[in-house]
Amino acid sequence: MIRIISLVALIIIALVAPFFFYPVFLMKALCFALFACAFNLLLGYVGLLSFGHAAFLGSAAYVTGHSMKVLGLPPELSILAGTGAAALLGLGFGWLAIRRQGIYFAMITLALSQMVFFFALQAPFTGGEDGIQAIPRGYLLGFIDLNNQLTLYYFVLAMFVFGWLVIYRTIHSPFGQVLKAIRENEPRAISLGYRTDQYKLMAFVLSAALSGMAGATKTLVFQLASLTDVHWHMSGEVVLMTLLGGMGTVFGPVVGAFLVVTIQNYLAQLGSWVTIIQGGIFVVCVLLFRRGIVGEAMALARKLRKKPEKEDAVS
Amino acid sequence: MASGEFVLETEGLSKEFKGFFAVRDVSLRVRKGDIHALIGPNGAGKTTVFNLLTKFLTPTAGRILYKGEEITKTGPADIARKGMVRSFQISAVFPHLSLLENVRIALQRELGTSFHFWKSDDSLSALNDRAMALLEAVGLTEFRNHTAGDLPYGRKRALEIAMALACEPRLLLLDEPTAGMTHEDIVRITDLIGRVSENRTVLMVEHNLSVVSNLSNVITVLQRGEILAEGPYEEVSKMPEVISAYLGTGHG
Ligand SMILES: Nc1ncnc2c1ncn2[C@@H]1O[C@H](COP(=O)(O)OP(=O)(O)O)[C@@H](O)[C@H]1O
Ligand SMILES: [Mg+2]
Repeated sequence: MIRIISLVALIIIALVAPFFFYPVFLMKALCFALFACAFNLLLGYVGLLSFGHAAFLGSAAYVTGHSMKVLGLPPELSILAGTGAAALLGLGFGWLAIRRQGIYFAMITLALSQMVFFFALQAPFTGGEDGIQAIPRGYLLGFIDLNNQLTLYYFVLAMFVFGWLVIYRTIHSPFGQVLKAIRENEPRAISLGYRTDQYKLMAFVLSAALSGMAGATKTLVFQLASLTDVHWHMSGEVVLMTLLGGMGTVFGPVVGAFLVVTIQNYLAQLGSWVTIIQGGIFVVCVLLFRRGIVGEAMALARKLRKKPEKEDAVS
Repeated sequence: MASGEFVLETEGLSKEFKGFFAVRDVSLRVRKGDIHALIGPNGAGKTTVFNLLTKFLTPTAGRILYKGEEITKTGPADIARKGMVRSFQISAVFPHLSLLENVRIALQRELGTSFHFWKSDDSLSALNDRAMALLEAVGLTEFRNHTAGDLPYGRKRALEIAMALACEPRLLLLDEPTAGMTHEDIVRITDLIGRVSENRTVLMVEHNLSVVSNLSNVITVLQRGEILAEGPYEEVSKMPEVISAYLGTGHG
């Protein structure tokens, strides 16, 4: 019951939010929330720490931008193209990295994403240091004008909700159950006959595709695809968002993303101090609540629920 | 020798770790339907043999045949798919999942939906009855909704056996299935192994010699990576070299 009420409340908040907050800020936060959720599918549910997820966000941003601006394709096709490109890149990255464990996996994904960064810097169609600017937003399905900010907001919200639902379903599916088994004890999963590399690769591609969807959507919001999107800072930021909010929880990355985007927004005038403050928050978080905000809240709720039961048993 | 007689055969199986042979020139034959025990002092190489058989380790030399088919280069997951399923010496369960979920994961593969990320996991409840039957067989029914990681050691081992059985193995490899169990648990597990072996073959590493003498038809004694003796329990246990190598070292 509480669940349904809070879900309805969340939906209402999401629908009326643009009347109370700056829509661009909300859209940015939603894009990053989707990015963090996609990343969390890998870190929280398979136990794989990728340090190259900016490559998927960024490559989708470039492909979408190119498709909109140069090829003049409609937004729905452009986003699809961006998402598809990220999925393909994910297949390649995953194929190369998936057999490695722990820190080696992180290093390989980082190295591969750096290659994507240098490619974006050098390639003729990515605009080098400038990126692709003034990307038109176009008309969704030919008649929905995405230049209207409120329309754009609801479109971004719809993309986020769709992506989040895909992730939620994945986690709560037969496939997700195998992923959890791999996270908990990979040799055991293998000895039960699961070819775990294939499951990990599939999860990697899903995560890359959804990260790409976030990047593609972000490109429409900011009308820009730039080197920031493929920079390793971006890969680090998504780790921060996920850990801050709580990895392995479905809402944690959303909370983490909103928090980080808020901090960046309100502290933007402090310049490079933002990075230091962000780093400070990260350190405090890791030291104080290792499960992240949502993770700790859930643990607390469980404790509170357990206590009255124990009292009952005594009386 | 008819190829149907032996489920598992190894020829000259060896494993070297940086100049040290943990397993050397082991030629083992496991007859169909037997409960075959692999015994030997600590460090004799028993677990390493299991790891070689199930491809968690690659042999330095030698061949492995399963039902007459060479599997020396087959991957570990495929070994399990062929019906050769192992348990681990150090209990291996999925600690944050419930007992029911643990067994269901072992059963789930046959549904053919394990890659379906769009399907609800409610579809897995079709496996509940069989999962419960397996939990009952190992005496864990009442704990079905407990988190596996919270179980005491002996019960984790029992859960592991239930998971291995869920795969319907033709050949079951058990690495010290009764280690760390209470006497009561040992009786139940011994009984269970006896029952499940009726239509399958079991190869087990076991330190508890009363369990071995109760269950096994054939025993292979391993010492320093090599086979020291092989035969029925009554014969092998009387061999002086076995007594000095194994029984004399304080085991049993
Ligand atoms: N991965 C490994 N690397 C190096 N040495 C190993 C490895 N695994 C086992 N050994 C060594 O091989 C020998 C046999 O070990 P093991 O097969 O575990 O014995 P048992 O199961 O019979 O007690 C031991 O001396 C052990 O230290
Ligand atoms: Mg051992």
